Amino acid sequence: MSGLERDGAPGEVPVAAPVAVPGAVSGNLAVDVRGVSRVFAGRKGASVTALADVSLTVAPGEFVSLIGPSGCGKSTLLRLIADLDTPTAGEIRVFGKPARQARIDQDYGIAFQQAGLLPWRTVSGNIELPLELHGVGRTARRARAAELIELVGLSEFAGHYPDQLSGGMQQRVAIARSLAESPSLLLMDEPFGALDEMTRERMQNELVRICAETSAAVVFVTHSIPEAVFLSNRVVVLEPRPGRIRDVLRVGLGDTGGRGETLREDEAFFHAVSQVRELLHGEAPAGARGVEAR
Amino acid sequence: MSQASVRPGGAGAADQAPAGAVRTVLAPLLLGLAAVLLWQGVVTLFAIKPFILPGPFAIADQFGANLQNVANGMLATGRNALIGLLIGTVLGVLLAIVAALVRLLDEMAAPIVAAIAVVPIVALAPVLYTMYGAAAETARQFVAALAVFVPVYFNTLKGLRQVRPVHRDLMRSYAATSWQATRAVTLPTALPFVFTGLRIASSLAVISALIAEYFGGPVGGLGKSITSSASSSNYGLAWAYVLGSILLGLLFYSAALIVERLVTRRSGG
Repeated sequence: MSGLERDGAPGEVPVAAPVAVPGAVSGNLAVDVRGVSRVFAGRKGASVTALADVSLTVAPGEFVSLIGPSGCGKSTLLRLIADLDTPTAGEIRVFGKPARQARIDQDYGIAFQQAGLLPWRTVSGNIELPLELHGVGRTARRARAAELIELVGLSEFAGHYPDQLSGGMQQRVAIARSLAESPSLLLMDEPFGALDEMTRERMQNELVRICAETSAAVVFVTHSIPEAVFLSNRVVVLEPRPGRIRDVLRVGLGDTGGRGETLREDEAFFHAVSQVRELLHGEAPAGARGVEAR
Repeated sequence: MSQASVRPGGAGAADQAPAGAVRTVLAPLLLGLAAVLLWQGVVTLFAIKPFILPGPFAIADQFGANLQNVANGMLATGRNALIGLLIGTVLGVLLAIVAALVRLLDEMAAPIVAAIAVVPIVALAPVLYTMYGAAAETARQFVAALAVFVPVYFNTLKGLRQVRPVHRDLMRSYAATSWQATRAVTLPTALPFVFTGLRIASSLAVISALIAEYFGGPVGGLGKSITSSASSSNYGLAWAYVLGSILLGLLFYSAALIVERLVTRRSGG
């Protein structure tokens, strides 16, 4: 096969396949979004529908990217999953619990486009912050921070302050911080959006490695097609006004452990990229999905 | 707020220090010396009477001769200013925190604080002397505290509103309690603003405590000494006390500046 598959063959549901099957037991899913809408009240009674009836599931350990033009509600969807915002309609469950409970139980780690480090804390202090807030002892905190700093390759910078680091390094600290409590779900909102292309690709390689090591599920919001294809098991293409899912493309470019720099030169990679691009530009005829699109 | 470039540690202000030291210390000294000489020259040349303007040498003479008295005056006024500064700062910061946490309270307090801000605070001194008795320093400390409260309150409140949205989201994602969020993010973000308020307040405290002495109360402070020296035609001594007031104000301002530098070295990145 070309490395691309359609979502689930009709009639048979593959075992452990993270397919959007209605009525699937949500306890087995990392994220289960059902019929979610989010309407923002505008001025003078006008309202903006950021998301309209969106359903999506993410299996444990799966990497799912949300891609689409500005205003398609991809960040909104991520914020809803993180319970930083509440849906107008529909239900979101994270590891079988309501999103709010999952947030309180610290079931996910989150990274934003801005690193959002506290400038008065060192690299190490920033990574320790979530642990500190949740009452982890000093020694355990230190050890965990050192471990994570090692993981993101910043060992020499543990005592540095954020304003002494480059944008890419700050973002790595932010990712380390999001991993502090070993979450089984990572929510990432364009974490590499502000980085230059070269730093970005290096960070992507690192993220693939980190995901392989932590086996966390990831929901990743991005603008970049190659980034989505390189990182993901599935790419969810959204369309704007109102925000809804246009299509879901399964990208089978090897398991997370086997993905490396060579993948970017791979025929299957380019094919998947053009596939996503076609979906984004709305060239795929309704009903046909993925490979069948001319 | 963009922090895209690598900055080697400790670069910036420190690098310019050796070259800048000559310019920042020597240049004002030379200018000051020139001004003093010009002043003395004008006073001597035109034989200006001391009740109009005494020469700097005469003032320095008086300052040297009455050093103990001037120092005592500085101590008395400085003590009032310091107590006022501490009380005003603590009240200003605490009330600002409460106002930032409780929106309703902020809206209720805003007009009252605005009213306090426009009251000519030292004008309250005569009223306060009758309240606390003319023998107590309380009125002066009260005046200083009130003068300090306003800039500290407004600056702190502004600082408490500077929390970046990404930090607020982060705290929410950590399910942090509002006290945890206040301590971890809100207060450190507000700190530079608190110190800006404190810096303004530090000189206000000295000025208010000193002016309050003009309206009555115990003798011994700088303000009282200036008026009594002037009324006994001892103009050189009056100016020596003025010099003491300037020194006291500078002392307060520098102390506030040093504390600010020490505490906020890393804030606001």
